[in-house]
Amino acid sequence: MRPGATRRSLTSLWRLRGYLRPYTGSLVVMGTTALTGVLVSISIPLVSGALIDGPIAVGDRGGILPLGLLALALGVLEALLILIRRWVQARAVLGLERSLRDDIYAKLDSLPMAFHSHWQSGQLLSRITTDLSTIRRFTGFGLLFLIINILQLIVVTVLLLHLYQPLGIVVALVAVPIIWLCMSFERRYVTVSRRVQDEQGDVATEVEESTLGVRIIKSFGRGGHAYEKFDRRASRLHDSQMAKVHLASRFWTFLEVLPNLALVAVLLLGARAVGEGDLTLGALVAFITLMLQLVWPVAALGVILSMAQEAMTAADRVVEIFDTESEIVGGDRELEHPRGHLRLEGVGFTFPDATDPVLHDLDLEVLPGETIAVVGATGSGKTVLTTLIPRLYDPTAGRITIDGVDIRELTLPNLRQVVTTAFEEPTLFSMSARENVTLGRPDASEADVREALEVAQATFVDGLPWGLGTRIGEQGMALSGGQRQRLALARAILARPNILVLDDTLSALDVHTEALVEQGLRRVLADTTGILVAHRASTLLLADRVALLEGGTITAVGRHFDLLATVPAYRELLSADADLVDAVGREGAK
Amino acid sequence: MSAPTASPDWRGVAAEDIDDVRGDVGIVLRDRSRRLLGSLLRPHRKALLAVLAIVLVENAARLAIPYLVKEGIDKGIPPMVDGQGSRILVGIVVVVGIVVVVQAITRLLFLILAGRIGQRLLLELRRRLFRHFQSLSPAFHDRYTSGRVISRSTSDVDAIEEMMDTGFDGLITAVLTLVGTAVMLLVLDLRLGLVALLAFPFLIWLTAWFRTASAVAYRRTRVTVAAVIVHFVESMTGIKAVQGFRREPRNEEIFAEVSDDYREANERAFRLVGLFMPGIKLIGNVTIALVLFYGAYRVFDGHITIGVLAAFLIYLRQFFEPMQEISQFYNTFQSASAALEKLSGVLEERPDVPEPPHPVAMATARGAVDLDDVRFSYVPDRPVLPGLDLSIPAGQTVALVGTTGAGKTTIAKLVSRFYDPDHGRVTLDGVDLRDLADDTLRRHVVMVTQENFLFAGSVADNIRFGRPDASDEQVREAAQAIGADTFIEALPAGYDTQVESRGGRLSAGQRQLVAFARAFLADPAVLILDEATSSLDVPSERLVQRALRTILSERTAIIIAHRLSTVEIADRVLVLEHGEVVEDGSPADLIAGHGRYAGLHDAWVESLA
Repeated sequence: MRPGATRRSLTSLWRLRGYLRPYTGSLVVMGTTALTGVLVSISIPLVSGALIDGPIAVGDRGGILPLGLLALALGVLEALLILIRRWVQARAVLGLERSLRDDIYAKLDSLPMAFHSHWQSGQLLSRITTDLSTIRRFTGFGLLFLIINILQLIVVTVLLLHLYQPLGIVVALVAVPIIWLCMSFERRYVTVSRRVQDEQGDVATEVEESTLGVRIIKSFGRGGHAYEKFDRRASRLHDSQMAKVHLASRFWTFLEVLPNLALVAVLLLGARAVGEGDLTLGALVAFITLMLQLVWPVAALGVILSMAQEAMTAADRVVEIFDTESEIVGGDRELEHPRGHLRLEGVGFTFPDATDPVLHDLDLEVLPGETIAVVGATGSGKTVLTTLIPRLYDPTAGRITIDGVDIRELTLPNLRQVVTTAFEEPTLFSMSARENVTLGRPDASEADVREALEVAQATFVDGLPWGLGTRIGEQGMALSGGQRQRLALARAILARPNILVLDDTLSALDVHTEALVEQGLRRVLADTTGILVAHRASTLLLADRVALLEGGTITAVGRHFDLLATVPAYRELLSADADLVDAVGREGAK
Repeated sequence: MSAPTASPDWRGVAAEDIDDVRGDVGIVLRDRSRRLLGSLLRPHRKALLAVLAIVLVENAARLAIPYLVKEGIDKGIPPMVDGQGSRILVGIVVVVGIVVVVQAITRLLFLILAGRIGQRLLLELRRRLFRHFQSLSPAFHDRYTSGRVISRSTSDVDAIEEMMDTGFDGLITAVLTLVGTAVMLLVLDLRLGLVALLAFPFLIWLTAWFRTASAVAYRRTRVTVAAVIVHFVESMTGIKAVQGFRREPRNEEIFAEVSDDYREANERAFRLVGLFMPGIKLIGNVTIALVLFYGAYRVFDGHITIGVLAAFLIYLRQFFEPMQEISQFYNTFQSASAALEKLSGVLEERPDVPEPPHPVAMATARGAVDLDDVRFSYVPDRPVLPGLDLSIPAGQTVALVGTTGAGKTTIAKLVSRFYDPDHGRVTLDGVDLRDLADDTLRRHVVMVTQENFLFAGSVADNIRFGRPDASDEQVREAAQAIGADTFIEALPAGYDTQVESRGGRLSAGQRQLVAFARAFLADPAVLILDEATSSLDVPSERLVQRALRTILSERTAIIIAHRLSTVEIADRVLVLEHGEVVEDGSPADLIAGHGRYAGLHDAWVESLA
């Protein structure tokens, strides 16, 4: 890892320290209990040693009881300390994780579409799940034991040196290469693990694609091809996993065997020392048991260090989100009595990663209560236009005003209350049908809900197993495309905006239903400013005027029949199939 | 601002959840899981036996060490103290050295072999799942949803992997150490051994309690984390609607709620571990104190040596340490066995449209499609097709017209064998579709739907998906034929433009054009278009229709469309009602008449005005 990167990671982790503040008390308790626990666990072997050298060696039967009771008391105390630490720790670290998760969510909620369109939701998801639990594990466990293990190492080594210096030196000499090896192993292990993680992601992507495209794969009989692609990735993952297994096996074996080798040396040297009277038998037993206590802290050091590394990377990824500035922030004005007078002045829009503008020099005025339809060929920028008005994106040139106020000066809640959009792809959430419909107006009355459902021809919800209470969306009842569109339309209508934007909302409806919805919409649009994106002539008749979008700008505005008569491009776009018009003409002539 | 007066039960009433594992079917499921595991392990039988032998040797070596230490203290040291030299001690130390080497080698072998078996097994499981999901019918995928398929193939496999990675080795070691240590303790000194083994009932009781309690707690964390993930993913993928409808405050409220549920469930699980771990520690420490206590008396009375007491202390330490790993193992074990249950269930799902055992070869097809007395229903007793006879001669273009639920799409799906009929048969050139290999059928019959999924890759790759060996020239020709070349060439890198995930860079209409080009390049004998032009604007639709006239002239086609402009290009129109043909004739004839089609046509002409 590059030093610069490390420093940045440490800063990221350090920046999250504020989340620990509410748990300062808990941290103190955790630290003290952990520390005391270590001291207690170290003293137990010392008591055994004292017992062997004292009462047993000198034949003092009465001395056994107090030392035995001491060992018992220390044992109970150690367990108690662990209990307290774990309980306090559970509350603190889970609370920390939760507040981080909530904050990330709130931040993501406020980031604009431009952010969300280039971040996949899976990437974001792994931040609130995997990354957060990595941070949680490190702060709750890793950080604590990093300190404690180092302390334990030092204390035990000092004790060993104190018990019998030559032997202590042997142990200390063995410990140094172990620690060094642990760290170097950990570095290599991290590389392999990351490769494995990436390849797991590849396999998952392959699965996702072939699942979502299963109908296409079947339609074209390309199952073999899909399987080969998957198998290549899965086999590569298998190979990397095996590399990881080999690396880890050698390391774990080494870690387990080394203390045993030290044991051999200690036994040999210790026995000699006892033989020569330099060391008592009790001290040797205490020495061996103490030395065995070193195994865990040494072995764990590698694990903890890699945990720290992972936590830093995770913190980086989390801080990355916190650091993203939202380019779309609300102003401080509110329209108290909006009339819905919408003006677009010289509006242009270019996607961040593109050079050519999608929209340019676009002027349009929609009077209060007026409805304007926007038509244009596939890819002419109609949908982009609809996202500019509720400020899901901001125009890169020009400005948009409502009742003469630049929409950038309005607070976002106010703007989005004035403007409501029904999108082409209807998004429903895993909630009750009612909550889905009342999304824009949670306090809507039953009568309002019914009216909106009727206008949008969405009364089919009454036929669902639990009526409006039925859960729909991703994890609920499956609805057809047309049903989803109608619910989304009902939602937009129920919000009762001053400006209603409908982006080709009727495309999945059959002719009959479409006609019924149009009747209802006519009523709604009578006193609402409306912007309709449409392909079909029938929908255009809902509008007072039509704007023709060509090459990213508006080239003609006028009444449908006028445009049909005077603008060839409009006729080309809207008139029925030429041959068919002929056919109808022939029929009329009959 | 959002004072939600809506029902607090924001999630409404759930529809049935196939994922739930109910208590009464538990045993069947476990059986099923065992079968799956058995079939995965069978090829590795020999390797497993080898691993077993190795692990036994390894543990024997591990257990011998404290015993040898005792021998060293009792038999090696006294001669040295008495000045009789260190021969015995050196001998013992050499034995310890050999044992350590044996332990090292067997440990290494064990880890590598077990790792290899585990990874092979995972690869096999992944492959099996992938093939299986791909072999299941679209009907299954409709029902099961892609989210479930993906989570089965990823997170469930990961759960099993995690168990193999961390839990398994720990469990084997813990069990063997447990048994081996108990035996050694009893051999060393029966009485002291029995005192030490007093810990057993407590250990068993504590573990049993933990197992049941943590199963409940663990399931709860799974449920709550799923709620967090669902809410998160949904609100992020639907962020447009969230922001457009000022939903953020309410969403944050809901998220805080599910997030807190998850925290609470986690806290409960953590606290269980927080009880279990010190519990084990307590039992261990009390046992050590008791052994020390009682052992000291025994040494004192000369019943045992100091070496035995030292060996006891080392053994007991070895004994309780792995016990701590058991809690870790339970967690991974529980998620792995839950995963195994789900996977085994899915793998036992039989394909609704099985491959024929002896497929009929069909190198080329003319494209004559016949339905003989075909009956079909999605739900028993609610027939969609009550008995349809339909004969489409090779080369004819047929349009299906009718209201929602008339059975148009069902016919399309039967002809492309996404389903098999309940009764009767569907034939291509006189051969029952059930006798054709899937690959053969797909070469001759291709369906284009509203759903136009694009794979990650370039536009050209996506068009070529229909015919992998097509040249660049042929790809261009296909795009030109349906009028998709203009927009494709205007893309930043033309045909080489990456469509990004799921075709997000292209509009719905553009995706549909690419899907069309893909189907035309595939050059099937029978082409089925189910609402394939619904997202196109009028000029593009007109281009496609013009192209269709030439493209469909020499092949069989079935067209379903709401827009009558698309229907007009057919040679023959079938008006369907409740799964039966009520009108059949050329468009011109039907328009001239006074039937349903004439009515629809009039309404449509009016809408164009």
